[in-house]
Amino acid sequence: MNKELLRYIGMRFLQFLLVIVIAVSINFLVPRLLPGDPIESLIARLQTSGGSQEMDVQAVTDAFRAKYGLDQPLINQYFNYWRDLFRFDLGVSLSSYPQSVSQMILRALPWSVGLLATATLIAFAVGSVLGAKLAWPRSSHLIRMFVPALMVLASIPFYLLAMILIYLLAVVWRVFPPAGGASPTLIMRFDMASALDILQHAMLPGLAIILGSVGLWALGMRSQTVSVLGEDYITFAQAKGLSPRRIFYRYGMRNALLPQVTALALSLGHVVSGAVLVEVIFNYPGLGALLYNAVRGQDYFLVQGVVLMLIFTLAVLLFIIDLIYPLLDPRIRR
Amino acid sequence: MATANASSRSGAATAVLTVEDLSVHYDTHAGPAKAADRVSFALQPGERLGLIGESGSGKTTVAMALMRLLRPPARIAGGKVTLDGRELLSLNEEDLRQARLRDIALVPQGAMSSLNPVMRVGDQIVDAIRAHSRGDNRNDISGRVAELLRSVGLDPAVAQRYPHELSGGMKQRAVMAISTCLAPKVIIADEPTSALDVVVQRQIMQTLGRLQDGLGAAVVLIGHDMGLIAQFSDTIGVMYAGKIVEIGPVRQIIEAPKHPYTRLLIDSIPGIKKKQKLRGIPGLPPRLVNLPECCSFHPRCPYAFGECKTVTPRQQEVAPDQRVACHLYPEHDRLPERPAATEVPA
Repeated sequence: MNKELLRYIGMRFLQFLLVIVIAVSINFLVPRLLPGDPIESLIARLQTSGGSQEMDVQAVTDAFRAKYGLDQPLINQYFNYWRDLFRFDLGVSLSSYPQSVSQMILRALPWSVGLLATATLIAFAVGSVLGAKLAWPRSSHLIRMFVPALMVLASIPFYLLAMILIYLLAVVWRVFPPAGGASPTLIMRFDMASALDILQHAMLPGLAIILGSVGLWALGMRSQTVSVLGEDYITFAQAKGLSPRRIFYRYGMRNALLPQVTALALSLGHVVSGAVLVEVIFNYPGLGALLYNAVRGQDYFLVQGVVLMLIFTLAVLLFIIDLIYPLLDPRIRR
Repeated sequence: MATANASSRSGAATAVLTVEDLSVHYDTHAGPAKAADRVSFALQPGERLGLIGESGSGKTTVAMALMRLLRPPARIAGGKVTLDGRELLSLNEEDLRQARLRDIALVPQGAMSSLNPVMRVGDQIVDAIRAHSRGDNRNDISGRVAELLRSVGLDPAVAQRYPHELSGGMKQRAVMAISTCLAPKVIIADEPTSALDVVVQRQIMQTLGRLQDGLGAAVVLIGHDMGLIAQFSDTIGVMYAGKIVEIGPVRQIIEAPKHPYTRLLIDSIPGIKKKQKLRGIPGLPPRLVNLPECCSFHPRCPYAFGECKTVTPRQQEVAPDQRVACHLYPEHDRLPERPAATEVPA
């Protein structure tokens, strides 16, 4: 049994590594296959924005090429890319020049993970419980009224929902700040004041994510629970004389949750890409906003770095879910 | 009257389970479908009653009604079920919960899927025990689990396994271990061997019989396999379209069936020694919605005559302990020879 479990974990880890290798390779190749030359467009930009100073274009280009190793054969570049990756050296940002890409990513990452992971997990948990209750014949009428309202919210386009929230809770009632990750004046420390300020700023984007997706989770969970409640083991659990509470949680919800977790894994991809929209609307200093700005600023290295980071995050999350799944469903331990 | 018959049967006062005029209706748009129509029988302690009938004859509905596990649109439309002196149909929810498994236990149809796939078998047994006695000590319980598993012929190590790691027969045994864990007075076994091969079926039935003897419990065995039921039961009840059309001691039913349906059912058992053409019962069971006031078997009955189409036959005692609902009686004292002209190929 334990041997099986180890084997399972080993296989999942190999899969995880494989995903990373493929993602890194594609991330390396695609920009190099695209027409156009980042160095030339960089020089062109420098020429238009830079001063009137005469410069030897060829020399500068060559210098840049040598600096980024673009003068070497592709295969060497590929290995260098991997070597740099292990040193967490993702190059230097072009749009905010002296800063390194890895620094910028490291600064943005905690914001994104903190906001998106927390909000998604809350939406998942709340939605799943509500959906299960909705399917349970004994639950109160209040829930039956409540959940359809959430479904309506889920059907509103996200940017619209975000703007409604900003208008209501930041403009009309001024409960929460409308944008940003923290007050501009805040000096970050590990204390209550900082935590509170960050939490306040996270409320609106978090609320938007939760309200926008909780109805979908509830809907999925309801249909799962309805089908689980029709299973023979529920009838037999009733025949055993178990309390309704126990039947609901241990026999009903426990089983209905399994496909939900799979759905969670699948939806993480959307969470990562959805990050761009949320963070841009709320001007949140996370990876999504960083990516958006990098694309606008034609910052190749930054784009590459952020995309790599997003893929890596997604792969790690999927790996974690792969590890959790056999704990939830003993049938998976193979 | 069925009620009068039920109480006039010998020793009804000591019966552990008395069912009187139990009716279950499925509410449909076209009106109520009478899945069980005034079903009556009484069960002595230790008695084995086999309920037999085609699919849709209401066997499982009766089983579920006795456990009070019916779900809408099914509802108990009337009747009285007395379990060990208590009126089962009027128990409140908490008393009902306690009565299940402790007094009346179900061995469900489809044992393959009756175990929770994400719980260890042992935990599912413990769950059942603890639902009825909170204060029990953990060590006592695990000892009891091992003992229960042994009593159904399983290795106590099975307690640590998940249902998907067990074979069909093992799952059925595990389910029986759960059903019998509190020594119930009545066991309702609803086609306990439906998805198993014949060899395993036999073992399971033997195990069920042994358990039942040990506990002194009464059993209602439900099924459609005449051979299996006849071997196991003391009494056989034949159901058709929601009614018990004939009930009596197993020997009398097999050797001298009084109801034409019973006769046809016995004739349709294929023999293994002698190769013969399979004989079925022509036609299909009727739709249960708005059954006309008549014998519901008359369209398929080779013996049918005028009265069968207009009057619902009442149950009457035709031999000691054998009751039948058929208009052929009391004019005849046994089922007449089958009219040859009505032989229809199945």
